[in-house]
Amino acid sequence: MSAEAHGATLVAEQFDDFEQQKHADTFGMWIFLATEVLFFGGLFCGYSLYRNLYFEAFTAGSHLLKIEYGAFYTLLLICSSLTMALGVRASMLRRPTSLTVYLILTWIMGAAFVYIKLRYEWYGDYLEGLVPGLNFAPHGESLEIINRFHATLPHVGLFFIFYFCMTGVHALHMVVGVGLLTTLLIFTRQGKVTGGNYNWVEIVGLYWHFVDIVWIFLFPLLYLIGGRY
Amino acid sequence: MSEHVHPKRFYVAVFVALVVLTLVTTTVAFVDLGRLNTVVALVIAVCKATLVVLFFMHLKDQTGLTRVVLIAAVIWLAVLIGITMSDVFTRHWVPSNGSWQASAVMQSQP
Repeated sequence: MSAEAHGATLVAEQFDDFEQQKHADTFGMWIFLATEVLFFGGLFCGYSLYRNLYFEAFTAGSHLLKIEYGAFYTLLLICSSLTMALGVRASMLRRPTSLTVYLILTWIMGAAFVYIKLRYEWYGDYLEGLVPGLNFAPHGESLEIINRFHATLPHVGLFFIFYFCMTGVHALHMVVGVGLLTTLLIFTRQGKVTGGNYNWVEIVGLYWHFVDIVWIFLFPLLYLIGGRY
Repeated sequence: MSEHVHPKRFYVAVFVALVVLTLVTTTVAFVDLGRLNTVVALVIAVCKATLVVLFFMHLKDQTGLTRVVLIAAVIWLAVLIGITMSDVFTRHWVPSNGSWQASAVMQSQP
Protein backbone atom coordinates (compact mmCIF):
# COMPACT_ATOMS: atom_id res chain seq x y z
CA MET A 1 0.00 0.00 0.00
CA SER A 2 1.05 3.58 -0.53
CA ALA A 3 1.27 4.14 3.24
CA GLU A 4 4.49 2.17 3.27
CA ALA A 5 5.76 3.92 0.15
CA HIS A 6 5.20 7.35 1.66
CA GLY A 7 5.77 6.12 5.20
CA ALA A 8 9.55 6.18 4.86
CA THR A 9 9.59 9.97 4.77
CA LEU A 10 6.76 10.58 7.23
CA VAL A 11 7.64 8.38 10.19
CA ALA A 12 9.05 10.41 13.06
CA GLU A 13 12.40 9.15 14.28
CA GLN A 14 11.10 7.76 17.60
CA PHE A 15 8.93 5.20 15.77
CA ASP A 16 9.95 1.94 14.13
CA ASP A 17 7.41 2.16 11.34
CA PHE A 18 4.25 3.87 10.16
CA GLU A 19 1.96 1.34 11.85
CA GLN A 20 3.56 2.01 15.23
CA GLN A 21 3.25 5.76 14.73
CA LYS A 22 -0.39 5.39 13.71
CA HIS A 23 -1.10 3.29 16.79
CA ALA A 24 0.62 5.83 19.06
CA ASP A 25 -1.36 8.71 17.50
CA THR A 26 -4.68 6.94 17.95
CA PHE A 27 -3.83 5.80 21.48
CA GLY A 28 -2.85 9.36 22.46
CA MET A 29 -6.13 10.71 21.14
CA TRP A 30 -8.09 8.14 23.14
CA ILE A 31 -6.23 9.20 26.30
CA PHE A 32 -7.13 12.82 25.57
CA LEU A 33 -10.76 11.77 25.11
CA ALA A 34 -10.66 9.98 28.48
CA THR A 35 -9.70 13.29 30.10
CA GLU A 36 -12.55 14.91 28.18
CA VAL A 37 -14.98 12.35 29.61
CA LEU A 38 -14.01 13.54 33.09
CA PHE A 39 -14.05 17.19 32.01
CA PHE A 40 -17.70 16.86 30.98
CA GLY A 41 -18.20 14.36 33.82
CA GLY A 42 -17.98 17.12 36.43
CA LEU A 43 -20.85 18.95 34.76
CA PHE A 44 -22.89 15.78 34.37
CA CYS A 45 -22.26 14.92 38.04
CA GLY A 46 -23.34 18.38 39.21
CA TYR A 47 -26.40 18.26 36.99
CA SER A 48 -27.50 14.84 38.33
CA LEU A 49 -26.98 16.01 41.89
CA TYR A 50 -29.00 19.22 41.63
CA ARG A 51 -31.67 17.60 39.52
CA ASN A 52 -32.29 15.23 42.42
CA LEU A 53 -32.23 18.04 44.99
CA TYR A 54 -34.49 20.47 43.07
CA PHE A 55 -36.51 18.03 41.02
CA GLU A 56 -39.54 20.32 40.34
CA ALA A 57 -37.38 23.23 39.16
CA PHE A 58 -35.35 20.99 36.83
CA THR A 59 -38.52 19.40 35.41
CA ALA A 60 -39.98 22.87 34.81
CA GLY A 61 -36.70 24.02 33.25
CA SER A 62 -36.72 21.02 30.92
CA HIS A 63 -40.26 21.97 29.81
CA LEU A 64 -39.07 25.49 29.01
CA LEU A 65 -36.63 24.15 26.40
CA LYS A 66 -37.89 23.49 22.90
CA ILE A 67 -37.68 19.77 22.20
CA GLU A 68 -37.65 20.41 18.42
CA TYR A 69 -34.26 22.09 18.70
CA GLY A 70 -32.80 19.22 20.75
CA ALA A 71 -34.04 16.55 18.33
CA PHE A 72 -32.90 18.57 15.31
CA TYR A 73 -29.39 19.03 16.73
CA THR A 74 -29.18 15.31 17.48
CA LEU A 75 -30.09 14.38 13.91
CA LEU A 76 -27.74 17.04 12.52
CA LEU A 77 -24.81 15.73 14.59
CA ILE A 78 -25.54 12.10 13.66
CA CYS A 79 -25.52 13.11 9.97
CA SER A 80 -22.21 14.94 10.48
CA SER A 81 -20.78 11.87 12.23
CA LEU A 82 -21.75 9.77 9.21
CA THR A 83 -20.02 12.13 6.77
CA MET A 84 -16.98 12.27 9.09
CA ALA A 85 -16.80 8.46 9.24
CA LEU A 86 -17.10 8.31 5.44
CA GLY A 87 -14.36 10.94 5.25
CA VAL A 88 -12.07 8.74 7.36
CA ARG A 89 -12.89 5.86 5.01
CA ALA A 90 -12.05 8.01 1.98
CA SER A 91 -8.73 8.98 3.57
CA MET A 92 -7.88 5.31 4.17
CA LEU A 93 -8.62 4.61 0.51
CA ARG A 94 -6.48 7.69 -0.49
CA ARG A 95 -9.30 9.44 -2.32
CA PRO A 96 -8.63 13.18 -1.94
CA THR A 97 -11.69 14.33 -3.88
CA SER A 98 -14.28 12.39 -1.88
CA LEU A 99 -12.37 13.19 1.33
CA THR A 100 -12.70 16.91 0.52
CA VAL A 101 -16.41 16.55 -0.20
CA TYR A 102 -17.07 14.70 3.09
CA LEU A 103 -14.99 17.17 5.11
CA ILE A 104 -16.89 20.11 3.60
CA LEU A 105 -20.25 18.45 4.36
CA THR A 106 -19.17 17.80 7.97
CA TRP A 107 -17.89 21.38 8.23
CA ILE A 108 -21.23 22.78 7.02
CA MET A 109 -23.23 20.72 9.52
CA GLY A 110 -20.92 21.63 12.40
CA ALA A 111 -21.08 25.33 11.56
CA ALA A 112 -24.87 25.12 11.12
CA PHE A 113 -25.15 23.57 14.59
CA VAL A 114 -23.29 26.46 16.24
CA TYR A 115 -25.06 29.12 14.17
CA ILE A 116 -28.59 27.81 14.82
CA LYS A 117 -27.84 27.40 18.52
CA LEU A 118 -26.58 30.96 18.95
CA ARG A 119 -28.82 32.77 16.51
CA TYR A 120 -32.13 31.05 17.22
CA GLU A 121 -32.19 28.94 20.39
CA TRP A 122 -30.04 31.00 22.76
CA TYR A 123 -31.29 34.32 21.37
CA GLY A 124 -34.85 33.03 21.82
CA ASP A 125 -34.04 32.07 25.41
CA TYR A 126 -32.64 35.56 25.95
CA LEU A 127 -35.82 37.20 24.65
CA GLU A 128 -37.93 34.95 26.88
CA GLY A 129 -35.89 36.03 29.90
CA LEU A 130 -34.30 32.64 30.56
CA VAL A 131 -30.63 33.62 30.70
CA PRO A 132 -29.36 33.91 34.29
CA GLY A 133 -27.05 36.89 34.72
CA LEU A 134 -28.10 38.66 31.53
CA ASN A 135 -31.87 38.59 31.46
CA PHE A 136 -33.55 36.24 33.90
CA ALA A 137 -37.19 37.21 34.24
CA PRO A 138 -39.44 34.39 32.99
CA HIS A 139 -42.83 35.75 32.01
CA GLY A 140 -46.05 34.71 30.27
CA GLU A 141 -46.14 31.06 29.27
CA SER A 142 -42.75 30.32 30.86
CA LEU A 143 -43.96 31.60 34.23
CA GLU A 144 -47.15 29.50 33.92
CA ILE A 145 -45.05 26.36 33.39
CA ILE A 146 -42.85 27.22 36.39
CA ASN A 147 -45.92 27.72 38.58
CA ARG A 148 -47.56 24.54 37.28
CA PHE A 149 -44.62 22.52 38.63
CA HIS A 150 -44.52 24.55 41.89
CA ALA A 151 -40.90 25.39 41.11
CA THR A 152 -39.05 28.29 42.73
CA LEU A 153 -37.47 30.85 40.44
CA PRO A 154 -33.85 30.70 41.77
CA HIS A 155 -33.80 26.92 41.31
CA VAL A 156 -35.09 27.25 37.75
CA GLY A 157 -32.22 29.71 37.31
CA LEU A 158 -29.86 26.99 38.54
CA PHE A 159 -31.20 24.65 35.84
CA PHE A 160 -30.49 27.29 33.21
CA ILE A 161 -26.98 27.85 34.53
CA PHE A 162 -26.33 24.14 34.03
CA TYR A 163 -28.04 24.26 30.64
CA PHE A 164 -25.90 27.14 29.38
CA CYS A 165 -22.65 25.78 30.84
CA MET A 166 -23.16 22.29 29.43
CA THR A 167 -24.41 23.29 25.99
CA GLY A 168 -21.94 26.20 25.94
CA VAL A 169 -18.91 24.01 26.59
CA HIS A 170 -20.27 21.57 24.03
CA ALA A 171 -20.72 24.36 21.46
CA LEU A 172 -17.15 25.49 22.16
CA HIS A 173 -16.00 21.96 21.34
CA MET A 174 -17.97 22.19 18.10
CA VAL A 175 -16.15 25.43 17.21
CA VAL A 176 -12.80 23.71 17.87
CA GLY A 177 -13.96 20.78 15.73
CA VAL A 178 -14.88 23.09 12.85
CA GLY A 179 -11.43 24.67 13.16
CA LEU A 180 -9.78 21.23 12.99
CA LEU A 181 -11.83 20.41 9.89
CA THR A 182 -10.69 23.65 8.25
CA THR A 183 -7.07 22.70 8.95
CA LEU A 184 -7.65 19.21 7.53
CA LEU A 185 -9.19 20.71 4.39
CA ILE A 186 -6.11 22.89 3.85
CA PHE A 187 -3.78 19.91 4.40
CA THR A 188 -5.88 17.79 2.04
CA ARG A 189 -5.61 20.45 -0.68
CA GLN A 190 -1.85 20.52 -0.15
CA GLY A 191 -1.81 16.73 -0.63
CA LYS A 192 -0.39 16.08 2.84
CA VAL A 193 -3.25 13.85 3.97
CA THR A 194 -3.88 11.34 1.22
CA GLY A 195 -0.16 11.44 0.42
CA GLY A 196 0.72 9.89 3.75
CA ASN A 197 -0.65 11.21 7.02
CA TYR A 198 -4.17 9.92 6.48
CA ASN A 199 -4.29 9.10 10.19
CA TRP A 200 -4.85 12.80 10.92
CA VAL A 201 -8.37 12.38 9.58
CA GLU A 202 -8.99 9.44 11.91
CA ILE A 203 -7.74 11.51 14.89
CA VAL A 204 -10.01 14.48 14.08
CA GLY A 205 -12.81 11.97 13.45
CA LEU A 206 -12.37 10.53 16.95
CA TYR A 207 -12.72 14.02 18.41
CA TRP A 208 -15.76 14.79 16.25
CA HIS A 209 -17.54 11.56 17.23
CA PHE A 210 -16.75 12.20 20.89
CA VAL A 211 -18.43 15.62 20.72
CA ASP A 212 -21.39 13.90 19.06
CA ILE A 213 -21.56 11.42 21.98
CA VAL A 214 -21.60 14.29 24.50
CA TRP A 215 -24.66 15.67 22.72
CA ILE A 216 -26.24 12.20 22.64
CA PHE A 217 -26.26 12.42 26.46
CA LEU A 218 -27.08 16.14 26.73
CA PHE A 219 -30.21 15.74 24.60
CA PRO A 220 -32.08 13.32 26.90
CA LEU A 221 -30.73 14.86 30.12
CA LEU A 222 -31.69 18.45 29.30
CA TYR A 223 -34.62 18.16 26.90
CA LEU A 224 -36.28 14.78 27.45
CA ILE A 225 -36.25 13.37 30.96
CA GLY A 226 -38.52 16.09 32.31
CA GLY A 227 -41.25 14.30 30.33
CA ARG A 228 -43.49 16.01 27.80
CA TYR A 229 -46.84 14.40 28.59
CA MET B 1 -3.20 -3.10 13.92
CA SER B 2 -4.08 -3.84 10.33
CA GLU B 3 -5.97 -1.67 7.86
CA HIS B 4 -9.75 -2.03 8.15
CA VAL B 5 -11.74 -0.38 5.43
CA HIS B 6 -15.43 -1.12 5.88
CA PRO B 7 -17.91 -0.81 3.02
CA LYS B 8 -20.10 2.32 2.86
CA ARG B 9 -23.26 0.42 3.76
CA PHE B 10 -21.64 -0.53 7.08
CA TYR B 11 -21.57 3.15 8.11
CA VAL B 12 -24.99 3.85 6.63
CA ALA B 13 -26.45 0.97 8.67
CA VAL B 14 -25.01 2.43 11.90
CA PHE B 15 -26.36 5.85 10.87
CA VAL B 16 -29.87 4.45 10.28
CA ALA B 17 -29.81 2.72 13.69
CA LEU B 18 -28.81 6.03 15.35
CA VAL B 19 -31.61 7.94 13.61
CA VAL B 20 -34.19 5.31 14.59
CA LEU B 21 -33.03 5.40 18.24
CA THR B 22 -33.25 9.23 18.24
CA LEU B 23 -36.83 9.09 16.95
CA VAL B 24 -37.73 6.41 19.51
CA THR B 25 -36.29 8.33 22.46
CA THR B 26 -38.03 11.56 21.37
CA THR B 27 -41.36 9.77 21.00
CA VAL B 28 -41.06 7.99 24.37
CA ALA B 29 -40.63 11.39 26.09
CA PHE B 30 -44.28 12.13 25.23
CA VAL B 31 -45.52 8.92 26.91
CA ASP B 32 -45.99 8.82 30.67
CA LEU B 33 -43.97 5.88 32.00
CA GLY B 34 -43.30 7.40 35.44
CA ARG B 35 -39.76 6.80 36.65
CA LEU B 36 -39.09 4.56 33.65
CA ASN B 37 -38.94 7.62 31.36
CA THR B 38 -35.54 8.55 32.73
CA VAL B 39 -34.30 4.95 32.57
CA VAL B 40 -35.45 4.47 28.97
CA ALA B 41 -33.92 7.81 27.86
CA LEU B 42 -30.55 6.96 29.43
CA VAL B 43 -30.50 3.35 28.19
CA ILE B 44 -31.16 4.55 24.62
CA ALA B 45 -28.41 7.20 25.01
CA VAL B 46 -25.95 4.52 26.16
CA CYS B 47 -26.92 2.31 23.18
CA LYS B 48 -26.35 5.21 20.75
CA ALA B 49 -22.99 6.09 22.34
CA THR B 50 -21.95 2.42 22.12
CA LEU B 51 -22.81 2.31 18.41
CA VAL B 52 -20.73 5.45 17.77
CA VAL B 53 -17.77 4.25 19.84
CA LEU B 54 -17.62 0.74 18.37
CA PHE B 55 -18.30 1.46 14.71
CA PHE B 56 -17.72 5.16 13.92
CA MET B 57 -14.71 5.43 16.25
CA HIS B 58 -13.55 1.93 15.22
CA LEU B 59 -12.99 0.76 18.79
CA LYS B 60 -13.87 -2.76 17.72
CA ASP B 61 -10.83 -2.69 15.40
CA GLN B 62 -8.46 -1.22 18.00
CA THR B 63 -6.00 -3.01 20.22
CA GLY B 64 -6.87 -4.01 23.78
CA LEU B 65 -4.67 -1.20 25.10
CA THR B 66 -6.89 1.42 23.50
CA ARG B 67 -10.02 -0.26 24.86
CA VAL B 68 -8.57 -0.12 28.37
CA VAL B 69 -8.42 3.69 28.07
CA LEU B 70 -12.16 3.90 27.48
CA ILE B 71 -12.91 1.40 30.25
CA ALA B 72 -10.77 3.47 32.66
CA ALA B 73 -12.61 6.66 31.67
CA VAL B 74 -15.99 5.04 32.31
CA ILE B 75 -14.86 3.65 35.68
CA TRP B 76 -13.57 7.06 36.81
CA LEU B 77 -16.82 8.69 35.72
CA ALA B 78 -18.78 6.09 37.72
CA VAL B 79 -16.57 6.78 40.77
CA LEU B 80 -17.09 10.53 40.39
CA ILE B 81 -20.87 10.35 40.14
CA GLY B 82 -21.38 7.33 42.43
CA ILE B 83 -19.41 8.64 45.39
CA THR B 84 -20.81 12.17 45.10
CA MET B 85 -24.36 10.80 45.12
CA SER B 86 -23.78 8.33 47.93
CA ASP B 87 -22.34 11.16 50.04
CA VAL B 88 -25.03 13.77 49.47
CA PHE B 89 -28.01 11.43 49.73
CA THR B 90 -26.92 9.70 52.96
CA ARG B 91 -26.28 12.85 54.99
CA HIS B 92 -29.61 13.35 56.69
CA TRP B 93 -30.50 9.85 57.87
CA VAL B 94 -31.95 9.58 61.36
CA PRO B 95 -30.63 6.74 63.57
CA SER B 96 -33.31 4.44 65.01
CA ASN B 97 -34.05 4.65 68.73
CA GLY B 98 -31.85 2.57 71.01
CA SER B 99 -29.18 1.91 68.36
CA TRP B 100 -25.52 2.68 69.11
CA GLN B 101 -25.63 5.41 66.47
CA ALA B 102 -28.47 7.13 68.36
CA SER B 103 -26.54 7.06 71.66
CA ALA B 104 -23.43 8.35 69.86
CA VAL B 105 -25.49 11.29 68.57
CA MET B 106 -26.83 11.92 72.12
CA GLN B 107 -23.35 11.90 73.63
CA SER B 108 -21.96 14.29 71.03
CA GLN B 109 -24.63 16.88 71.90
CA PRO B 110 -23.75 19.20 74.85
